[in-house]
Amino acid sequence: MGHYEAPIREPIITGDKSYHDITLDVAAPIEGKANKSWYIAFTIALIAFLWGIGSIAYTIGTGIGVWGLNNRINWAWDITNFVWWVGIGHAGTLISAVLLLFRQKWRMGINRSAEAMTIFAVFQAGLFPLIHMGRIWNGFYTLPVPNPLGSLWVNFNSPLLWDVFAISTYLSVSLVFWWTGLLPDFAMIRDRATKPFQKKIYSLVSFGWSGKAKDWQRFEEVSLVLAGLATPLVLSVHTIVSFDFATSVIPGWHSTVYPPYFVAGAVFSGFAMVQTLLLIMRKVSNLEDYITRVHVENMNKVILVTGGIVTVAYLSELFVGWYTGSSYEDFVYLSVGAATGPYWWAFWSLIICNSIIPQLFWFKKIRRNYIWTFIIAIFINIGMWFERFDIIVINLSRGHLPSSWTQFSPTFVDIGIFVGTIGFFFVLFLLYARTFPVIAQAEVKSILKSSGNNFKRERDNPSTVKTEVKKEPIIIKEEIVKEEKIVEKPIVDVDDKQAKTNSLLESLGTFDASKDTADNLKKISGIGPVMEKTLNQIGIYTFAQVSKMTNKEYDLLDSITGSFPGRAQRDDWAGQANKLKS
Amino acid sequence: MSSKVIHALYDDDDVLLNAVKEVRAAHHHIDEVYTPFPVHGLDKAMGIPPTRLAIMAFIFGVMGLAFSIWFLNNIMIVDWPQNIGGKPSFSFLENMPAFVPVMFEMTVFFSAHLMVITFYMRSKIWPFQTADNPDPRTTDDKFLMEVAVDGNEDAIIALLEKTGAEEISVKEKH
Repeated sequence: MGHYEAPIREPIITGDKSYHDITLDVAAPIEGKANKSWYIAFTIALIAFLWGIGSIAYTIGTGIGVWGLNNRINWAWDITNFVWWVGIGHAGTLISAVLLLFRQKWRMGINRSAEAMTIFAVFQAGLFPLIHMGRIWNGFYTLPVPNPLGSLWVNFNSPLLWDVFAISTYLSVSLVFWWTGLLPDFAMIRDRATKPFQKKIYSLVSFGWSGKAKDWQRFEEVSLVLAGLATPLVLSVHTIVSFDFATSVIPGWHSTVYPPYFVAGAVFSGFAMVQTLLLIMRKVSNLEDYITRVHVENMNKVILVTGGIVTVAYLSELFVGWYTGSSYEDFVYLSVGAATGPYWWAFWSLIICNSIIPQLFWFKKIRRNYIWTFIIAIFINIGMWFERFDIIVINLSRGHLPSSWTQFSPTFVDIGIFVGTIGFFFVLFLLYARTFPVIAQAEVKSILKSSGNNFKRERDNPSTVKTEVKKEPIIIKEEIVKEEKIVEKPIVDVDDKQAKTNSLLESLGTFDASKDTADNLKKISGIGPVMEKTLNQIGIYTFAQVSKMTNKEYDLLDSITGSFPGRAQRDDWAGQANKLKS
Repeated sequence: MSSKVIHALYDDDDVLLNAVKEVRAAHHHIDEVYTPFPVHGLDKAMGIPPTRLAIMAFIFGVMGLAFSIWFLNNIMIVDWPQNIGGKPSFSFLENMPAFVPVMFEMTVFFSAHLMVITFYMRSKIWPFQTADNPDPRTTDDKFLMEVAVDGNEDAIIALLEKTGAEEISVKEKH
């Protein structure tokens, strides 16, 4: 199998990783303890979420009169937030599906978190149609089920019902796609877990994945077919969301440009949210080697393209509005009337955040810069919220009857629900970051040899390749009584060995079975079951002991065991044990 | 008939792939190979026939489309036709354009979910299933080949040693 990749392509895994390093890096946030900033962020998110729950409870208990809606503006923040969240939920499946079909290797580092973000964002989106029904207990009327009204069915001609089908299909298919990809990674965590509770949980969620050849073959086929299904699905979802507006008779909404324009806008905002989350995550979870400048730059290029599509759509709406000469077209959200009217601030926020600021990404220096990317991504998040606000509120604020012209002002409940969904989103994402493998490690391992920086370097300059020492295989025979018989060189000179053992334990510390618990030393790369047994015979049971080893102890160990001279140095047991210890 | 198997552990996917080819060329039977990530070409090297899941996905999709047509026709045309903005409520074909989004979504829904369920059933993976990879390191960075022994243990061990195995263990078959 060739792992060739053109030298001109930048490595997308840096830091000279081996397969085992990837395992350690992905497992570290799950096995380690959360730091203070995680708890602070989680507390803030939880408070926002609770505030949101309170606002939702107040809305359901009292009625949607507690929102700032009025006769003219009868749809406002609820649908703005709904479309905003659905739009954010577009990047994940785009990354995992479309980029899979195009065989883009850089998707591997980010697809897991992007999909998680998608699912959590769609949760938030789904809340809004439910609560804006007002009487949520009648929610089952949106489903085609026999009901108390003599089975009066739902109206399948209505885009609002298409939305119900599109979003639930999207959510469930994304969830299944995500979970199937998670199985091998959960299995990896399961096989490393030392605490019984952890082991139980990860055994449960990994569905007994064992990594058999046939399972992998099916896994890859399923991923490919799901990608093929999810690609038109993701495009259909926002198309159908745009139909909510495009099939209506409100000026500014009944526009044939809406479906492609909404889809591009959704991808645009989704990628901006991925950038916002991953730029923080790569720092906090020490994933700088997996989410690199290449990833950031590629996502910025997608943002530039989709931002361009959105801008062209704005310009065409603006032009057509002006060119028709119709006075009603001057009421719509993209018109001279909107730019100079009472909602001028919302209009210009949209234009500046979505069309002007992202143009900075034309400069290579800026689109490869983490700080700039983060700032611009925040602007896009805000701009895309204003796009939906403009479409909905500016359009509704003016109508054919000037006496009803009005403006919208949100109540504390509107604000509370919106802030609450942001809190809920971050509660889910922060929990995810501590309990899920946030990088698709199995897939990253499969591209390591083609795109890892050490492998690329060695392939491009064959002179740097280190000559591998041929290792002797260990042979273990299990007899019928299931005793492990070790076929190996006999150990010489018992007295000498005892003396060396004592001096070795002196420097490493002894193991007291009544106080300490033995670690699974096999987790250290280079220690197999035989070596573990040997170490245990000497009296080495814990990572703490191994982590104290220096060259002197390695030499002693080699002379006691008499096997694999130099192996421990090469694999850096002490360094590995140090990481595992914590 | 012996009930022994030999587990050969490798630390590199390319070495494993060559080993699989050599073991098969020497006419030994490979029971199973456990890998931490998909090794491309392994299924071909082992002689595993291609999976038919994609065909099933297509069939499930067709089922979904057929179901959605029956479903929409039954609700909107047969059971309770409604006059909605004067749209043709007594003819499925004339009303069909409005049903396309739902027909599409249901096709995708059936195809995706039934395919994944089929995958889980065929590969025997579901909640509360216990894993059967013989060595926990095979989900980390090691590759394990299980070779069936048929009275030729030493020959297989010698061959596996030559292929670059890191650890070779002879086990009872469980």
